[in-house]
Amino acid sequence: MTMRDTFVNATTALIDDDPRTALVLADISADRFAPAQRRHPDRVINVGIREGLMAGVAGGLALTGLRPYLHSYAPFLIDRAYEQIKLDLGHQDAGAVLVSIGGSYDAAGAGYTHQSPGDVALLDTLEGWAVHVPGHAGEVPALLRAAAAGDDRVYVRLGEQQNARPYPAVDTLQVIRRGSVGAPVVIAVGPLLDPALAATEGLDVTVAYTLTPRPLDTAGLATLVDRDVVVVEPYLAGTSSHVVAEALRDRPHRALHLGVARREIRQYGSPADHARAHGLDALGLRASMMPFLATAS
Amino acid sequence: MTESATRTDALPALLDRIAGDEKHLPSAYSTLDVLWVLYDRVLRVTPATVDEPDRDRFLLSKGHGPAAYYAVLAAKGFIPPEWLGHAGEWDSPLGWHPDRIRIPGVEIGTGSLGHGLGVAVGTALGLRAQGLDARTFVLLGDAELDEGSNHEAIAFTAAIRLPLTAIVVDNQSSTYGWPGGIPARFPGWEASIVGGRDRDALEWALGQPADRPRLIVAVVEKQGS
Repeated sequence: MTMRDTFVNATTALIDDDPRTALVLADISADRFAPAQRRHPDRVINVGIREGLMAGVAGGLALTGLRPYLHSYAPFLIDRAYEQIKLDLGHQDAGAVLVSIGGSYDAAGAGYTHQSPGDVALLDTLEGWAVHVPGHAGEVPALLRAAAAGDDRVYVRLGEQQNARPYPAVDTLQVIRRGSVGAPVVIAVGPLLDPALAATEGLDVTVAYTLTPRPLDTAGLATLVDRDVVVVEPYLAGTSSHVVAEALRDRPHRALHLGVARREIRQYGSPADHARAHGLDALGLRASMMPFLATAS
Repeated sequence: MTESATRTDALPALLDRIAGDEKHLPSAYSTLDVLWVLYDRVLRVTPATVDEPDRDRFLLSKGHGPAAYYAVLAAKGFIPPEWLGHAGEWDSPLGWHPDRIRIPGVEIGTGSLGHGLGVAVGTALGLRAQGLDARTFVLLGDAELDEGSNHEAIAFTAAIRLPLTAIVVDNQSSTYGWPGGIPARFPGWEASIVGGRDRDALEWALGQPADRPRLIVAVVEKQGS
């Protein structure tokens, strides 16, 4: 099952069960929500190919007390609607749950117009956004259900790439493999956990996983890291560098930030091809990490 | 003399209290009569009901030139008249564009043009989904229609026949204008064109049943004239 499938099922169940829940679509996945729309025409709203309006409508729905979920490809949901997200949600102190597909290079064959490596960085310019990047479809329903109860601003970034198994959908860092005391720590976000585990096989490092990069578990990070930290995230490289620097500001430390490069790759193929091109497959990650780890404490 | 008339007469004095609004002066007053008629004769909202779920909603989309808005809010008791003399100051709740978090009775914070209509669509949808008997009004400027975001909301509202009243105050401030008229940009909406200073005509137009997309173009003197 894909993350998108679990999103459709979990959100449909939320709409059925919770009269406060509303879903706003901009054509993408509208066919998948047709049964829910037939049952709840007032709370399943397809605005057509109008992503700015989708976010504006969400602001209005939230101001009347509903809990809007929005969904589209990340470049349209976030990049295109950035000012509506900033003003129609944030500035109004209104909340919503934004659920994207197609972040980074998942839409590999569709080209750069359908890709958004910068979505998390864009939300980082704004106040109060929680960002969840699940690494497995099994983590998705719990994230969506937890978001239904609040009025805060939540971004759930669904991807094509998945880890072999789900982990608990918690906000904290989860240690997956423990190295010796003081060993370098690799923080892997969402679906890059498995490549990070493969890349560090046989090395004395601690590997920790998070599916909630915002707010990042900085207390856990500060406890875990001695001096050397590698962050592996499936969106723009360095997106979390400011958070890591703040968490470790009280000590001398070294940090390597790996992720999607700014360099536009004008080729198509598959997400795996793009992962390789950005050095985010196991081999690429290992190649980037080895010189850094070789000089670690 | 009715209380209403007394407070109408108070508007010039209240406007005079708003210091330092030179930047937005012409547009500030273009909306004055529309706002007065809304709050005096149309909207079912009072200072006591600003948090009631079934209050009527008024969204000032354009945000610019809020002096008239602030004066009407003060005349109707939503904000203290003493606030008016300090707009834009560090510790004033009143900015050059209104902030819903700071000002009682203000439904949305605006200023960046082209946002109010989309939020109004969501507001009307949210009220309808909850079965609330409340109407949604949104005020735009004719120059604000330059922003493409409005046209997403205009087309969608017509397509789903959403009950929503948009008021466009037309002081001919759009750089390239709207050849063929503003109603032509609202296909599928029921349009009225009324004098923006004619309070009885405004009251009639604003009081039409809130059962469909309605456009009211309130024509006032050309900006700067």
